[in-house]
Amino acid sequence: MLDDFLTRAVLAGVMVAVVAGPLGAFMVWRRMAYFGDTLAHSGLLGVALGFLLGLNLNLMVTVVCVLVAVILVLLQRRQELASDTLLGILAHSTLSLGLVAVAFVEGLRVDLMAYLFGDILAVTRSDLAAIALGGIFALVLLVLLWRPLLAITVHEELARIEGVPVLPVRLGLMLLIALVIASAMQVVGVLLITSLMIIPAATARRFARTPEQMALFAAGIGALAVLGGIWGSFAYDTPTGPSIVVAAMLAFVVASLLRWPLRRGIRNRSD
Amino acid sequence: MKIENPPTDSRATHGDVPLLEAVGLGLELGGRTLLHEVSLSVRRGQVVVVIGPNGAGKTSLLRVMLGLWQPTHGAVHRPPGLRIGYMPQRIQVDPILPLSVRRFMTLRYRLPKHVLLDRLHEVGIPHLLDAPLQNLSGGEMQRALLARALLADPDLLVLDEPDQGVDVGGQAEVFELIDRLRTRTGCGVLMVSHELHLVMAAADTVVCLNQHVCCTGRPEEVSRHPEYQRLFPETGLAAIGIYTHRHNHVHGLAGDVRPVDACKDPGHSHDAR
Repeated sequence: MLDDFLTRAVLAGVMVAVVAGPLGAFMVWRRMAYFGDTLAHSGLLGVALGFLLGLNLNLMVTVVCVLVAVILVLLQRRQELASDTLLGILAHSTLSLGLVAVAFVEGLRVDLMAYLFGDILAVTRSDLAAIALGGIFALVLLVLLWRPLLAITVHEELARIEGVPVLPVRLGLMLLIALVIASAMQVVGVLLITSLMIIPAATARRFARTPEQMALFAAGIGALAVLGGIWGSFAYDTPTGPSIVVAAMLAFVVASLLRWPLRRGIRNRSD
Repeated sequence: MKIENPPTDSRATHGDVPLLEAVGLGLELGGRTLLHEVSLSVRRGQVVVVIGPNGAGKTSLLRVMLGLWQPTHGAVHRPPGLRIGYMPQRIQVDPILPLSVRRFMTLRYRLPKHVLLDRLHEVGIPHLLDAPLQNLSGGEMQRALLARALLADPDLLVLDEPDQGVDVGGQAEVFELIDRLRTRTGCGVLMVSHELHLVMAAADTVVCLNQHVCCTGRPEEVSRHPEYQRLFPETGLAAIGIYTHRHNHVHGLAGDVRPVDACKDPGHSHDAR
């Protein structure tokens, strides 16, 4: 069954979406969309370093993402530059560093487009195994961190006073984001990864009444977007990664147009 | 990560040992002195209110006393096992996060519904158990925060401007509520505020802070103190009791109007407190 490249693509995409959805919910809640985007941009640097050092690419991407995340947090602490300025600097300089570093890899022809926009149809069996492994690890970590993460998302000081180990939990979240970026890179590419996290989560908000519902719905909507994108890419001969993002966007637009009664959770306050 | 249930062992302190004691606290941040030689203590059953103008270091003091920040000088003593219920100044939950009051209260501890309802009932909002947090008004939110602070069965309640975002009538109710809780549970209360009149009337001890402790004592004493009058010139002597006015009705904690029904005799009215 796994011999079929389409089956592998679907499996890889759905697995990534199932992890990216719930994590995307946290990125939306914590207003970390641009933060995640910056980490994703640095993924290419991880790829280049992996080639240069002859190490596992997924591992190197994860390592580089975590490092960039730590640098970001340290720089944000100094508060000399606004957060969005810092993110803008890091996002594009790490991406450019990655592009430059790739050029240094002698005698190797790296398919840049595959890393920038994903190449899900080229997923091999071992890629699939890596995605599954990373995905399961990320899901377990997410379940373990769920309550403390939610607590620090609602009110960090309150959580700290109540004994939540804030720093380890935040580092855990960064590790999670890095893991998802490493495995999602093949599906939608470094430039589009954030969308696979943010759009399903934002879509899920309309239907959710609890944080857990929102996370589950986000996983489901992400999986649907992957299926729709792969199908569309086949039917209309379009690039697969961007097709998946377009499918997610369509889901978001449709959900926004629905006059869903659960909307009362957000507005409809009579006073 | 393991989620512990709230501890249920015996009270952390007995007798006259302070629940929380700051000795000679100094705090310097970025070359600025935020706190200088601040000492204060809170005992069981005592309501201590820290007042001061904006920028006086009230919130910094609270953070140091809670152990969130390390003081540059001095120390904070607390008995081991002290349970603190903390009510933050204000909480803004983005509407993108679907969170009911119930879920908000069980963020840290998993508790059965009747316990949550008991606490919500105590602060007067049992009907809001399943309401989305974002729909609460300022006063309802303060009550939800207070109910949450009570979940740990605290020895000490620490409240950061509990009167924020609440109108004057609501403020009086919040302070009344805090007073009732103190009486029922016997916990100590440490509160920070810049609302003078109501909070001073609710206090046993007032600490007037402006980087250092300007004056401290019973509310009447502090309001007559020249340092206090220098800090709050417009209030001066008449600080206390300004809002002790008469009502022929009371407001339920949800804001509804109810007749005063504490006694059967309709021929007189009751004071607000």
